[in-house]
Amino acid sequence: MTISQVSFGSHEPVLDVKDLTVKYIGDTRSTTAVDRVSFSIGTGEVFGLAGESGCGKSTIANSIMRLLKDPAKIAGGSISFGGKDVLAMSPEELRRFRWQDVAMVFQSALNSLNPVLTIGEQIVDIFTTHAGYSRKESLRRAGELLELVRIDPARLKSYPHQLSGGMRQRAVIAMAVALKPSLLILDEPTTALDVVVQQEIMAQIKDLQRELGFSVLFITHDMSLMVELSHRMAVMYGGRIVETARAQDVYTNPRHPYTQALMGAFPPLTGPRVPLTGLPDGVKFRNIPDLTEAAPGHFVAPLGADAAVIDSEDLAGAAR
Amino acid sequence: MSHSLTSTVAASATRTPALEIRGLGKSFPIGGLFSRESVRALHGVDLTINRGEIVALVGESGSGKSTLARCVARLEKPTCGAILIDGVDILKRDRFQASRAFRSQLQMVFQDPFGSLNPAHRIEHFLRRSLAIHGKGGGSAEETVQRLEELMTTVGLQADMLNSYPHELSGGQRQRVAIARALAVEPQVILADEPTSMLDVSVRIGVLNLMRKLRDEQGISMLYITHDLASARYVADRTAVMFAGELVEEGESLDLLSRPAHPYTQLLVSAVPDPARAGSYDPVRRAELRQAVMASTTCAFDGDANQACSADEPVRHQVGDPENRHWVRCHLYRPWAGAAGHALAGDPTQPSRPASNAQEEASA
Repeated sequence: MTISQVSFGSHEPVLDVKDLTVKYIGDTRSTTAVDRVSFSIGTGEVFGLAGESGCGKSTIANSIMRLLKDPAKIAGGSISFGGKDVLAMSPEELRRFRWQDVAMVFQSALNSLNPVLTIGEQIVDIFTTHAGYSRKESLRRAGELLELVRIDPARLKSYPHQLSGGMRQRAVIAMAVALKPSLLILDEPTTALDVVVQQEIMAQIKDLQRELGFSVLFITHDMSLMVELSHRMAVMYGGRIVETARAQDVYTNPRHPYTQALMGAFPPLTGPRVPLTGLPDGVKFRNIPDLTEAAPGHFVAPLGADAAVIDSEDLAGAAR
Repeated sequence: MSHSLTSTVAASATRTPALEIRGLGKSFPIGGLFSRESVRALHGVDLTINRGEIVALVGESGSGKSTLARCVARLEKPTCGAILIDGVDILKRDRFQASRAFRSQLQMVFQDPFGSLNPAHRIEHFLRRSLAIHGKGGGSAEETVQRLEELMTTVGLQADMLNSYPHELSGGQRQRVAIARALAVEPQVILADEPTSMLDVSVRIGVLNLMRKLRDEQGISMLYITHDLASARYVADRTAVMFAGELVEEGESLDLLSRPAHPYTQLLVSAVPDPARAGSYDPVRRAELRQAVMASTTCAFDGDANQACSADEPVRHQVGDPENRHWVRCHLYRPWAGAAGHALAGDPTQPSRPASNAQEEASA
């Protein structure tokens, strides 16, 4: 059994990423941001991708949407969506693929909304361009959509700056599910929000997911949030996946030292106050090997004597 | 302010508290030049930090926690109230601006370690300057160097990093430098405004551990401002909860988070993601909590022998064992309820649903 065959349930995978490698090509040197990453997401599955800033998780999301711009280049591997090769799509196919098949919610809703158009105009835009509805029909659907995320349809006439941060993010989520995509990519959707609002948005995404049955690729650095929402998850470090398993298994039994450090970085809300360690400053893992199956469905990058070098000397490297 | 509990706390401490805030208020004028309107960011805040104690101040964005920090650090002029360091009211002592003496008693660590260190200088420069300005460098050059190395060791950095530039360090290391710079002055109190929220998750805990170490080994008092309840529980001896510019609850951290008494604290605690209790959210219960924050008509502590409930006075009820110094403000006292559209105002059109919209309007 390989990693890409494991998914939640027995469904045909919606998304299948194999050996994806993305490089940022510079004039004198290039950096490998994503290094031979493989995973798959089943129908109706919530797959979490955890890791810290710069580990390549957003680069993966952007590669799936084919949003990478120079100097980023997909140097190898394949992405297939429902059997179609995403990397070989023509611009016209891509236009349909985006938003209709895969939609994405970014961290900052303010940046993904057009400040000079009302929320209503922007939702109507989706329906008229992608689904070909009439303006009137689009407007009716836009109202329904806002109701779906519990925003008063009267807000269709509001401009983004007139909405609060949480409302904006919910409006963006409403727009993302407007055309009933089969995969929703959430890139740190609640990082900029307060904890009470975050909880409500996550509950809303859960409800929508149950209702509409789409799959989710959920990207965050908040392990607690991820474990709560995801069925399966992968932990990334330095462009590689170091561990992937069912979210509960990662939570109860993290096997890679990096995963353990990430888990140890979140103090619990209950129980005694025990000292936590986290990852010491400057510690780096290098040459992370391919994953092996440590337990059924639980894949970990092995830590041999020379497989992963823990290096606390190279401080210049740690700064990046 | 006649908060009996505050005075008993102050009296029970053997020495004067390191930092005492009394009835602090701050209003910001809004509208045009001739507008008389103002928004009340802080109102009647009383908070005491004893020596060698970390007090966490939690609350959501817009609740006024950072305004409190800015007022205490004298970056903002409070409208009313007193700030006592070592029993001396520094607002009276240095009437117009913060004096150097004040700065040597109280130092700040900011959220963004990338913005708080000048990229053009080596690490040594920041620490050396702190020492020089406050005359803490010792008599000779050797003593200064020794002190610099000590500081680096204290915050868990290697002494040879003194020659590095900020861009050569990771976020966690930079935040440690910022803490070392604050320590160089040998302050009594450090105000840490979200010191870990910009750091990568795996190094956050290291900075929190450093704060604990400084408290335990050097007896430094800290006001730790955060929105992360779990980290407050981890480092802070006591936690105070702020809502709409006022403290609503305060107590020993573990006790406060295991038995939150104010509906707002309960709402906050229930929203923290915790896989250990995944799926335990009850939307109906949460809607009730919101309602209780905004329009509570009953107080859970009605019949308190020590403090009778009052809707007009900010009465503090004691929660549980007096040992824990855990108090909650009477649920009936809701000065924000009058402010139209503020905070968690219930959504009358959808009473059964969590009235989330109003909350966000408040936090926007």
